[in-house]
Amino acid sequence: MDRPGAPVVELSDVVAVLGSFPALAGASIHIDEGDIVLLRGPNGAGKTTLLRLCAGLVPMVRGTGVVLGFDLATQRDEIRRHVGVLGHQNGLYLDMTVGENIRFWGATVGAKDSETHAAMERLGVADRLVDVPVRKLSAGQKRRAALACLVARRAQLWLLDEPHAGLDAIARDELDHTLRQAAGSGATIVVASHELERAGSLATRTVDVVAGQVKETRTDP
Amino acid sequence: MSVRHIARLVAAKDLRIEWHSRVLTNQVLPFAAVTMVIFAFALDAEVVLERVAPGLIWLATLFSMLVLVQRSFAVEVDDGALDALRVAGVDPRAIFLGKAVALGVQLLVLEVVLLFAAVVLYRQTVPIGGLVLLVTTLISATCGLAAVGTLYGGLAAGFRGRETLLPLLTLPAVAPVLIGATRAVEAALGTAGAVVSDGWPWVGLLIVFAVAFGVGGSLAFGPLIDE
Repeated sequence: MDRPGAPVVELSDVVAVLGSFPALAGASIHIDEGDIVLLRGPNGAGKTTLLRLCAGLVPMVRGTGVVLGFDLATQRDEIRRHVGVLGHQNGLYLDMTVGENIRFWGATVGAKDSETHAAMERLGVADRLVDVPVRKLSAGQKRRAALACLVARRAQLWLLDEPHAGLDAIARDELDHTLRQAAGSGATIVVASHELERAGSLATRTVDVVAGQVKETRTDP
Repeated sequence: MSVRHIARLVAAKDLRIEWHSRVLTNQVLPFAAVTMVIFAFALDAEVVLERVAPGLIWLATLFSMLVLVQRSFAVEVDDGALDALRVAGVDPRAIFLGKAVALGVQLLVLEVVLLFAAVVLYRQTVPIGGLVLLVTTLISATCGLAAVGTLYGGLAAGFRGRETLLPLLTLPAVAPVLIGATRAVEAALGTAGAVVSDGWPWVGLLIVFAVAFGVGGSLAFGPLIDE
């Protein structure tokens, strides 16, 4: 981030439109470094749009927004280079090994070998999984490899859309452990999820998104 | 990161995937060889085969290229990697150039094998005097094919039914390459009395085509994959 201590995300009265549908109607939210924020709400409430807006993928039509110190109105390309988005797919190359994937994504931002190795260590894929083709991994292992790619490409803000989807109970526990570790190391994580119990226990803050409006409901110490 | 650096990464990544999966060696080259043999069965007359051999080489190249392009973008969409590249703000010009280079390398290997097959199956000879024209033709035609294949591969990747859409989009667009490359190779091989000097204007056409689709493709690729 440009300014130490600045909020990672600061949105004020933001309106975003998908086609002619107002997906966000005056949303305001403030997220600090190291937060794990759960976005909850019914389908179509605007959770995914809020994630995509924070990633610089959806333009604002009104309001003001700053993400990682960059202006959402004018610096969306910069924002895209500094955030990591993980949706229903992992963004991995199935015929490459885990190590090759992580090195590739790291290299797109000029990460050195030591940096990509540190990313593998941090996500626990440096030993057993590094030479395994992604195609042979379980769903949970693929998620972990994808998160290691986010670390390797120095994503400071992780935007995760239904990250627990398709994972079994063990893989979900592993993912939660990984996300807590990442937040402890300074990553800021925003999770949109329908799995309220699981994601709620992970989050330090819970935010309701209803009809394009954002309302904070709980903040843990 | 510069466009050149990212393009090199993308090209190396595609070639690494090919090295692991061996689709070129295990599927595309046998398919191309079978196509050449089938042509030989269909045109079962030595005189005819010798006359049309250059065209058959390029037809087999085009058909095989479709498989390569499908594969090149299948690896991108299988787990949403192309989306991830776009979302991560990776320069689409670099993605285009990198994928085109990797495709071009594979096409060159394919064309050399097909040329060899034509020498064996269709009794073609490669005169020393036509060697420079032949190599220039292969390189310039490959650049054009790689650019068109990558452009339309990226466009079709976002659509359901891309397997059938890709040939529909690509084959008409590469007709100038088919014509130009066939005439130039005829001149290089001396088919039906053609001489080397007849081939160079066609190489000019191939170069113009490659530059036009290379520049246009790198500019259009971003908006196309965003759609």
